[in-house]
Amino acid sequence: MPVIESDEGLETEELILNMGPQHPSTHGVLRLVLKLQGEKVIECIPVMGYLHRGLEKIFEWRTFHQGIRYADQADYVSNMLNEHAYAGAMEAIGGIDVPRRAEYVRVIVDEMSRCASHLIWLGTYALDLGATTPILFCLRDREEILDMFEEICGSRMNFNYYRPGGVLYDFPPGLLAKLERFLDRFADHIENDYVALLETNEIFLERTIGVGTVPAEVAKQYGVTGPTLRASGVDWDLRKDRPYSIYPELKSFSSATAVEGDAYARYKVRLGELRRSIAIIRECIANLPGGAVRARLGHVWKCPKGEAYYTVEGAKGEVGIYMISSGGSATNPFRAKMRGPSFTNLQILPWLLQGRLVADVVAILGSIDIVLGDVDR
Amino acid sequence: MAIDQKTPSEVHPIDFEKDVIQRRPLTTQTGMGGHEPRMIGGVLSGDDNMVFTTVNQLVNWARSRSPWPLGYGLACCAIEMMATGGPTHDMARFGAEVFRSSPRQADVMIVAGTVTHKMAPRLRRLYEQMPEPKWVIAMGNCASSGGEFWDSYATLQGVDTVVPVDVYVPGCPPRPEALTEGILRLREKIFKGG
Repeated sequence: MPVIESDEGLETEELILNMGPQHPSTHGVLRLVLKLQGEKVIECIPVMGYLHRGLEKIFEWRTFHQGIRYADQADYVSNMLNEHAYAGAMEAIGGIDVPRRAEYVRVIVDEMSRCASHLIWLGTYALDLGATTPILFCLRDREEILDMFEEICGSRMNFNYYRPGGVLYDFPPGLLAKLERFLDRFADHIENDYVALLETNEIFLERTIGVGTVPAEVAKQYGVTGPTLRASGVDWDLRKDRPYSIYPELKSFSSATAVEGDAYARYKVRLGELRRSIAIIRECIANLPGGAVRARLGHVWKCPKGEAYYTVEGAKGEVGIYMISSGGSATNPFRAKMRGPSFTNLQILPWLLQGRLVADVVAILGSIDIVLGDVDR
Repeated sequence: MAIDQKTPSEVHPIDFEKDVIQRRPLTTQTGMGGHEPRMIGGVLSGDDNMVFTTVNQLVNWARSRSPWPLGYGLACCAIEMMATGGPTHDMARFGAEVFRSSPRQADVMIVAGTVTHKMAPRLRRLYEQMPEPKWVIAMGNCASSGGEFWDSYATLQGVDTVVPVDVYVPGCPPRPEALTEGILRLREKIFKGG
């Protein structure tokens, strides 16, 4: 062990600390190998693959329709957004026109899924920082969203709801009224529960403000997307910069940004996204057109030959599916590559942790919001 | 009725046959199962605050009341496990809400999610670090039998190939109600000395 002279003049030994893969604050099965010098992290090596399930290979073994179900499994906190990317890639190859009502239904369930994901993030992040109450509030609201998902597609998670050319079912009667009532409550909960609990909490502010600052240039170099990038002052949101579905037509849509780039800015951006999601869902409910929710593709739909890369703005960043279809009688995609936002966002972690205190590791790791299913796939 | 409120006429010397054997309470420990009430050996209490039992049964009863789980979330099921511990499906009703981060403080390992080949040795080690007595709940299809990753090159086909499993909870992921039912079944099993 090399003996290192620290800044304070004390002689300390280098210490290798393993964090994970079973650790309550790694949000799954991530393992961090931390090289410590006293309280300082001098190097961090994330070790991944503890949840690698071979999703991309399984895509090749399943039919196009079955693959949607497996896309759910990648980012299991915001499943609908993965399905959207998978179904969108098929539609891009096949040139399928999605009915207007289906697009509105998709945007509504996408934004609900985004809310569910951010709620899990908010709760677990507060838990990481030592606040136990927010997760109870967050799970309360998330349960209501999941109940509505169950009404829509019969499952609380892993929905299998998207289809090439639309969605599986229309909304059941009475759901939209229920959703609107929930949104009223939810908007109230954001201001009176989450903001009141966290933004007045001295410990939360001390542990997030100025911690884990990512400058905009560094964020761009590492390919960070999603709220983590927008918190660094880069206004890059695929919903407006690479428009898909009906997002360009929505008047209430605007992307939430912050300039500070620290953990608190990321918190602010995600809370802003919750508020904007509520506005988007309300506008979609108000303008919901009639008609079918699924394009007529015939009894047996075969994906034609071609390839496409389709991206949606997921809860954590750019969710992309690059799909190659060999056409003909092939029932399975030749290849489906998934670009998970968590995997790319995790790259910045060693840079962020360098020179930070070991107590900040959890605060920084939690703030970039990774889901290990999305990292390992 | 408390003892000190009893009128003297109600107090009588204990007749073992009449007061204990015939007044043995019908104990159901099945939770939500809807079984017929049946006579099983358990903690007996009479009106005079007398308890007749064996040490073994008393210990099993105490163990079954608060099985503390190891917070072992792996994949999608972990989110439903959190929901089970959350306010809506309050797992604290059954004494199992204290998710321990260290295996040395846990009684039950809820394997919530897909176990990959890379994770399996760690799972085994965590199981071995848990103190006796210990139980395992395989939550979800992946942990029970491989589930939808039955042909994946990277996943374990059921966690029972690595550790002994007491209760299997099917579902992908199981609803919180299903996990609650699994915990109640485990409770029943612990109570019977399993």
